Formats: sequence, C-alpha cells, structure tokens
Amino acid sequence: MQPQFALSRVGRLHSKTAWTILAVLSVLALVVVPVLYWVVPPDSPFHMPGWMVTLAGRFLCLALVALALDLIWGYTGILSLGHGVFFAMGGYVMGAHLTRIAYADGGLPNFLQWLDYSDWPWYWAGFDSFLFTLVMIGLVPGVLAFIFGFLAFRSRVRGVYFAIITQALTFGGMHLFFRTETGFGGDTGLTDFDSLLGFELGTPGFRLGLFLASAVVLILAYLLCRWIVTSKLGRVLTAIRDAESRLRFTGYDPLRYKLFVWVVSAVLCGIAGALYVPQTGVINPSEMAPPASIEMAIWVALGGRGTLVGAIMGAGIVNVVKTWATSAYPDLWLFILGGIFIGVTLFLPKGVAGLMRRRKGGEA
Amino acid sequence: MWNGTRLRTWTLPCALLVLLCGADAAADTAVEQAEERAEALGGDPEGAIEEELAVVEERDLASDTVEILNRLATDDLGTIQDAIGEIAVLRDADALPTLLALQDRRLYYTEGGTLIIEDARDRSLREAATGEVREDLKTAELSQPRLTNPIRRLLRPTIGALQIFSDDQVARRAAANELAQRPQPEMREAIVEALEGETNAEIERLLNIALAQLDLDSDDDARRLEAVKTVATVRAGRLRSDLAALTRRDADGEYIEPVAEIRAAAAEGVRAIDNRRRLARIASDFVFGMSMGSVLLLAAMGLAIIFGLMGVINMAHGELLMVGAYTTFMTQALFALWLPQHFNYYLVAAVPLAFLVTGAVGIAMERGVIRFLYDRPLETLLATWGISLILIQSVRWLFGAQNVGVASPTWFSGSVQIMQGVTLSTSRVGVIAFAIFVVALVWILMNRTRLGLEVRAVMQNRDMAAALGVPARRVDMWTFGVGAGVAGLGGVALSQIVNVGPEMGQNYIVDSFMVVVLGGVGNLLGPVFSALGIGVTTKFLEPATGAVLATILVFAAIILFIQWRPQGIFAPKGRSADD
Repeated sequence: MQPQFALSRVGRLHSKTAWTILAVLSVLALVVVPVLYWVVPPDSPFHMPGWMVTLAGRFLCLALVALALDLIWGYTGILSLGHGVFFAMGGYVMGAHLTRIAYADGGLPNFLQWLDYSDWPWYWAGFDSFLFTLVMIGLVPGVLAFIFGFLAFRSRVRGVYFAIITQALTFGGMHLFFRTETGFGGDTGLTDFDSLLGFELGTPGFRLGLFLASAVVLILAYLLCRWIVTSKLGRVLTAIRDAESRLRFTGYDPLRYKLFVWVVSAVLCGIAGALYVPQTGVINPSEMAPPASIEMAIWVALGGRGTLVGAIMGAGIVNVVKTWATSAYPDLWLFILGGIFIGVTLFLPKGVAGLMRRRKGGEA
Repeated sequence: MWNGTRLRTWTLPCALLVLLCGADAAADTAVEQAEERAEALGGDPEGAIEEELAVVEERDLASDTVEILNRLATDDLGTIQDAIGEIAVLRDADALPTLLALQDRRLYYTEGGTLIIEDARDRSLREAATGEVREDLKTAELSQPRLTNPIRRLLRPTIGALQIFSDDQVARRAAANELAQRPQPEMREAIVEALEGETNAEIERLLNIALAQLDLDSDDDARRLEAVKTVATVRAGRLRSDLAALTRRDADGEYIEPVAEIRAAAAEGVRAIDNRRRLARIASDFVFGMSMGSVLLLAAMGLAIIFGLMGVINMAHGELLMVGAYTTFMTQALFALWLPQHFNYYLVAAVPLAFLVTGAVGIAMERGVIRFLYDRPLETLLATWGISLILIQSVRWLFGAQNVGVASPTWFSGSVQIMQGVTLSTSRVGVIAFAIFVVALVWILMNRTRLGLEVRAVMQNRDMAAALGVPARRVDMWTFGVGAGVAGLGGVALSQIVNVGPEMGQNYIVDSFMVVVLGGVGNLLGPVFSALGIGVTTKFLEPATGAVLATILVFAAIILFIQWRPQGIFAPKGRSADD
C-alpha cells in the first residue's frame, strides 16, 4: 500500500526543459534577488528596495498556500475553503514564539495581563524554544487537519458540503481567536515582535534571510508536491478526484489517501503562515475570515487546477493585481476580484496554465 | 445531473458540528443585534401618558374645583398647601392639568388671580378653568405660584391619587403602576378607596401590590397577614425578597416575624411566586425562541429553494437578503419623498417590491452565470462568491459603506404583553407573523401553481420532465428567481430588526445553510421545523449555559439527530430518496 520512494525518481519528476526552467527560476530567486538588493548600490536603477524583497517574500508564502491548495483541490478534487485556518495556525505558532522572545526578559503582554495571568498560561509553554516552535508549526495545523479530515472523510462528506464545512471551520476558528479570553490577543492578535533567532526584525539581512527561506521552502515544497502527484499515490489521488466510487469498488480505501494529502496540504499551509508572519509583523484572526480562504481558491482556479505551477502563477497574478489595485483603485478591487471569480469559472476552467498549454498545441 | 434531492445528507454530522461553531459566532452578532433593536422598539408608554394628561382642553370644571384651584394663584405657601390638600379630598381628575402644570412650573396667574397654564406641547397660554387660549398674555408678565420642596412632596401623591380616580383607564393604570413601584404611605387611604371602585383586573392587581407593600411593614398583625396573602395571590415577583425575609430568623435565632401564621403564609407566597416565575420564564423562552427561529427561517427560506430544491450552492444568498433590505430602505426613502402622509405603510409596499427586485437580481444571476455551471457545483460556489463581492461593492458604491437607517413604521413599535412577565415587542410579533406569511406563500407557490408543479417535476426527474414537455431550463430560471425573491422577503424582515449595511448578508450565510441542511434538502417543511427548533432550543438552554455553550449543545443535539434521521427532519420519500 505504501508508495515506493526512490532517490532516482527525483530526476524523473520533470522533463529536461522543465528542470531547466526550475533551475533558472531558483537562481533568479536565490542569486539575482540578493544581488540586486544587497550588492547593487541603492541609487542604482537596478537596486531592489527592501519593501519589495519583503513583498516578494510574502508572495512566495502565498504561492506556497496555493500549492498546498492545488494538491488537494486540483489533484484530489477536495475543495477547501478553510485553508486560512491552517495558515493562521502556523502564523500563530510563529507569532507565539516571537512574542515569547519579545518578552524574554520577563513581563507579560497586555492581553494576558488583562486576563489576570501572572505567568504564561500552559498553552504558551515551550514557545520560547525555536525547535519546539518548528515542530509545532507542522504539528498544530497537521493535528487539526487530521481530526477534522478524519471525521469528514470517514462520513464521506464530499464536494460542496466539504467546502461549506471547511468554511465554517475557519469561521469558527476566527471567532474563537477573536475572543480575548482565548489568550492569543483577541482581535489585535499578536504583534510587536522584535527579533527571531537573534536577528532583529526589519533589518536588511533579516528581510533577505526570510525571503531566501521562503524561496527555498517553496522550491522544496514544489518538488515534494510534484513527487506526490507523479507517484502511484498521486494516481490514486487523481482517481479519487475523477471517480471515487469506482476506486472504492476496486478495493482502495480512499480515506487514508485523502487524509494523507489533506494533512500534507495543511502542514504546507501552516509553514507558509509561519514564514509569512515575521514578514508582516502581525498575525490576527482576520487571516481566518472566510473571504480570505475563498480568495485562496481563486488563486488556484485562475492559475489552473491540477498543475502546481499554475497555482503558483495564480497566487502571483492575483496578489500582484491586488497590491496594485487596492492602492490605485481601492473601490474597484472587489469588482476586479469578483470579476476574476466569475470570469475564471465561466471562461477559463483550466486556468492560465491551461491556456498556455492550448497555445503550445497540446504539448506536455 | 446534480440534483438537490440526491444529496447525501447523512454524510453531514461533522459538517454540522463545525457549522454550529460558526453559527454560534454569527448568532452572537446578528441575532443579538436583532434582539437588542427589537427590544429598543418596545418603548416606554408612561411618559406619554403624563404628557397626555397635562394637555389643557376647553372644558367645564366643577365650580368647587375651580374655586379651590383659584386659591393657588398666590405666593403664600400655606394657602397653596391647604388648596392642594382640599383638591386631594375632592378627587376631581379634572384638576390634574393644573397640578401637573404647577409641578412642572408651567402654572401662572394674572394680576386678577386667573390661573393660566402654559401648554407643554405648543407653549400656548390657556386659562386653567376654561381651557380658553389667551393670546393677549405673555409669560414674562405673569406671576408664578411658589413651588418649594414641601409643596412638591405634597403634590406628587395628590397627582397620583387624582390619577387613580381618573375616568381614563390608561391614566389609572399608569398611576397604579407608579404606586406599585414606589408606594407612598400617605396614599394608603386613597389606594384602599380606589380598590373598592376598581373594575379593571390589572389595575386592581397593581393597587393590591402597592397596598401590600405598605402593609408589610405595618404593626397590625391582621394587616400584615392580609398583605402577605395579597402578595401571594397576585404573585408579585418584586416582593419575593420581602416575603422571604419574613420567614428568616435573625442573628439570635428568633424569627423576624413573630406570628407563625404570617410566616406560613409568607412561605406559601414565596412558593407561589417562584412557580409563577418558572412558568413565565418557560413561556418567555418559548416565545423568544420562536422569534429567533422566525428570523432564522426568514433568512433561510430563499436558500431552502435555491440550495434545498435546486442544489445550487449560492454563496451570494446573504447578498440577496441585503438587496431585499436595501429595497426596503429605498421604498422608505421614496415614501418619505412622495407619500409622506402614507409613510407608515411603506413596509406593505416594500414586500412585493423587494420580492420583484431581488427576484430580478436572481434571474439575472441565473441567466448570466449560474446556468452555465449546473453540472459544476464547486465552480458555482466560486462564481456566486464572485457575484456576492460585486453586489457588496455595488451597494457600497450606490449607498455608501455606512449602514443606512431604516425607520420602522410607528405601528411596528411598541410591545405586546403575552402574559404576566412576558412582553414581546411588536416587531418580533410582526416577524413571526411575516414568517408565517412567507411560508404560506412559498407553500402555495410550490403546491398550488403550475410553476410549482413543474419545479417539483424537474427536481424529481429532470429528463423525464423534459421529455414530457416541461421546459426544464426555463423552470430553473423561474425557480431561482422565486428563491431569490423569497430571500428578498427575508431581507425586508431583517431590515426591521438589524442594521442594514453592505456586509449585513455575510452574517446569515452559515446560519441559513445550517437550517436547510438540518431540515433536509429537497423539501420546504423541514426548514420551518429546523429553524424554529434551533431557535427554541437555543433560547431554552441559554439561561442555564450561556449563549456560547447553548449553541454548542444545540449542535451536539443536531448531530445526534442526524445520526438517527440522516436525511434531516423530513426525508424525501420514494424515488427521489435514492442516492
């Protein structure tokens, strides 16, 4: 039952052309950006300003979310409208760590003092350790996804029902964290961070470090997803998407496959959240608002479901447009976003990636 | 073919768990807000009564009343006090406007000793004795009787006493209520006398409460016993602690109340009051639950058609509610502009308008987008979400991002007393009645019209219906239009009880899906029972558990229920029940 992994398979994840493109993009992110930011002098027209590095780093995190979502939606046919909750869980774990560091010399954040705590409550224990935080970044979204997924998949909740209940999950999570009594800062969330691993937040080195970390994680996550979808496991996932009942009749139990890919997706999302928070400097419950999660789905839909690359592109396109439109035409942004939702579903069912394939004449 | 009746509702227990957690939060905001507003509409009629009594009209006063009143036209404290005392003995309610004017410093007198009242409403000056308007006078040229604190203290019970002998029942009731709240020992005689002549049961009850409160402190054992028994009979919740005090012992172990018979009566009274309270609480929980359920039902009824019957995941449902509410707002604005004299009836006009406008929006949605996506439900979800964003932004653009004010018609404010201790604001009663109306309307549409017949045929077996000549595509359009129109009706109701703003619809989407799913997709009676059931159960649990836990318990109950009856309250029967 367990898919066979072999190192030699890594080479077969892609065609030669695709590996070349991937290598070029990786060099662009890991070499060119640092050079433009770090080496090129600030008065040169080729200099990349710090805010742009951070912005790009954030987009890489969001691309990771899109990747995670494509894994379950594009390949397994499970639409989640609640990935915001996993993203936020990763973000809150990282935020908790950053908060502990900020208050390392004693004292408690205001929101805990107001709750009459004299010391960190039990659920804040351990977050002063970076190693523990790393484990929790995967564990918290993973366990939440496992429990939720187990219940949902076991009772065979599918399709739109699953989408609605995941939306309710993130909605419930949002309101849970909005409560001040929950002990994670209520509606302001966690903020006022100052350093991570001894590096001060906001310094050029820190910005670049986070950007590079995001880029490396995205590349690795992409390769992992690619591995999964090209493996035998990936074929089962596609079969679940296309004909779950038939798969069941042929003797497979879809539950464990769905659960596996669902948890992987949630963990990737959590990692994205954890990388995102130090770059924005704040995590609050609005990340769990249902609209945010639905927006994630449109990144994937726009880029093209079931392509992985498309998801990354879609996240990039939507977020670049969003960054531009919300500052240039704030009133029009919702029209644009709504238009993307409708236009993509009506006219671009295979997304931008599908469009490009059609141009190439059915290649790949 | 993706068809609502074929949905597997039995797969939903955990779906509901999560939905409830979400709905709990929504309930916190939307429903509570609705309740607060509904309560605020209840209003307080008592100030209005005082104002009404103070009105000076042209009338004839009894000559001895006039004679005594005229003695108020002086600066001498003693004379004023005597005059007030005599009026109290006379018990002529016609003297009330004058006394109220004195109390409010609106009483003047001319040099000739004619009493003049300044009307509280239009500031006109009238003669106290005849009510005749005197336009030749100015307040600056008139003198005022002296008004000191001793006189005020004397005035208040006298006014109260005159009111309880008034011929006007409303005035009597207001006075009796005032006395029951703050009984004054010097009023005891008047209360006893008023009780003898009183015919209205409610006023009698209030007077009895007032009297009993006075007598509970009496030194006379018989009076005290009588008072305790009275309290027990009228079951005045306010006096429970007074009665309970009589049954306790003091620090030395001695009973505070020396007479055993009175203690027994007091204990009996406490029991009676407690029973009454329990009953009132049950009744009020039930009524408020029905009210909350009606709001849920109105919000969900449109979705019961669109999602329940057609199987379209309409994420823009909340925005259809919003469109209905804004249509109400527009109707109100147009009435204020063109038909201000009929303003109170704008709500009646808003109902069909909201149905038509929202129905048109729904048909446009169906024709423009949804009909291309019937075989792709997940895409429908995304596309309708896109539509909802565009609707929200359009409304923001047209009406601004702020909430708009929807004024309730005057006949919609006020309150209705259902039983002792259970008062419901008229808007709540209106919402319940409106929910009944909407359910009846939908039932008639679905079961008594050709369209309804065709809708049911298409939902049961699309191909067969099409083969028999039913234009299935067009039926889809009209069904969606009707569903949207019904959502618009829900919007009319919501506009009366919650704030109307561009994002108002987002609060109801989760609630609405929950109601439809629990009720069972594919039928219309289910949502009625699920909405009312959720409302009543939540309200019954709330006092014991708090709002949050109550909703979670309701969720757990729904999950158990779904295990037992997987397809909702009313499972589809026959062929349409096949998966």
